[in-house]
Amino acid sequence: MSHAPGQPEQQTHPIGLYLRIWGLLFVLSAMSYAVDYFHFQGLLRWSLILLFMLLKAGLIVSIFMHMAWERMALVFAIVTPPLALLVLVGLMASEAAHTHLARLLFFR
Amino acid sequence: MSAIPVDAKPATPAPADAAPSGGLRGLVADWSSDQQTFHVAWGKAMMWIFLLSDTFIFGSFLTGYMTVRGSTTVPWPNPSEVFALKVGGTDVPLLLIAIMTFVLISSSGTMAMAVNCAYRRDRVNAARLMFVTALFGITFVGMQAFEWSKLIVDEGIRPWGNPAGAAQFGASFFMITGFHGMHVTVGVIYLVVVAVRLLLGRYEHAPNYQIVEIAGLYWHFVDLVWVFIFALFYLW
Repeated sequence: MSHAPGQPEQQTHPIGLYLRIWGLLFVLSAMSYAVDYFHFQGLLRWSLILLFMLLKAGLIVSIFMHMAWERMALVFAIVTPPLALLVLVGLMASEAAHTHLARLLFFR
Repeated sequence: MSAIPVDAKPATPAPADAAPSGGLRGLVADWSSDQQTFHVAWGKAMMWIFLLSDTFIFGSFLTGYMTVRGSTTVPWPNPSEVFALKVGGTDVPLLLIAIMTFVLISSSGTMAMAVNCAYRRDRVNAARLMFVTALFGITFVGMQAFEWSKLIVDEGIRPWGNPAGAAQFGASFFMITGFHGMHVTVGVIYLVVVAVRLLLGRYEHAPNYQIVEIAGLYWHFVDLVWVFIFALFYLW
């Protein structure tokens, strides 16, 4: 779905598309709530929570925020920089593990 | 130069083709020349860049929450129990949070339809749907206020400690949901301002009602952040 550069894009999707995505988001939210309600534990719980979270985020960004119809230049400029946060998460996870260990060893 | 006929010269000697000057002058010339990377309205590009910066703020908050939760030796309070609501004598886990999630998703749905109406230049319906979206937003903030007062008054949760477990719970909770609630509040004001201006005909001279889409981007982002908070703070 590309449009001529410089042209203000026309986004006239049928309203049914938004209603369908809306319904899908409801279902996904209900499913992630069910993960808690039925007390899933361990790896299953975490993987399901992350899966539903990413699916919902993807639907919101791509359809509701129209990212699916934007040009690649904008998509890459917005979507790739947050990946740097994954590095931060990795660093801080190891930092947290280190602090946790030190507390267990010296402050109990 | 004299050997080349006049006709062979390029038809339009654009300034951009001239050899770039160096130094400070060159720096200014390079950054101010009429180059365009994003073929969208400037307001939309700027909103996206703002949202990108906001992503880093919330990303850092959630990473900080991960760090304090991972490093404490005191058990983390179980969110499923802390945020339970008594309905008819039984505790339903996370009931209020689930309702808040559905309210915010519904507001995103109405906002998406408002943007759609704006594209079809149907300004009355666009404004109407934006008011509905703002109403959902107010409902969300109201429920959040209820949740906060319940936590502070009934359960004694403070930013510096709580009876349920790790002291860092309160700090993370008030920080993250407080900042998100502030975003929702600002979003409600933003939506109402744009909707009223739309109805008053302020955007009639503009080629389109793209301001509605730009406001919509902000609103969907608020919903997007809640998806992550819901998963990582309440469900984890």
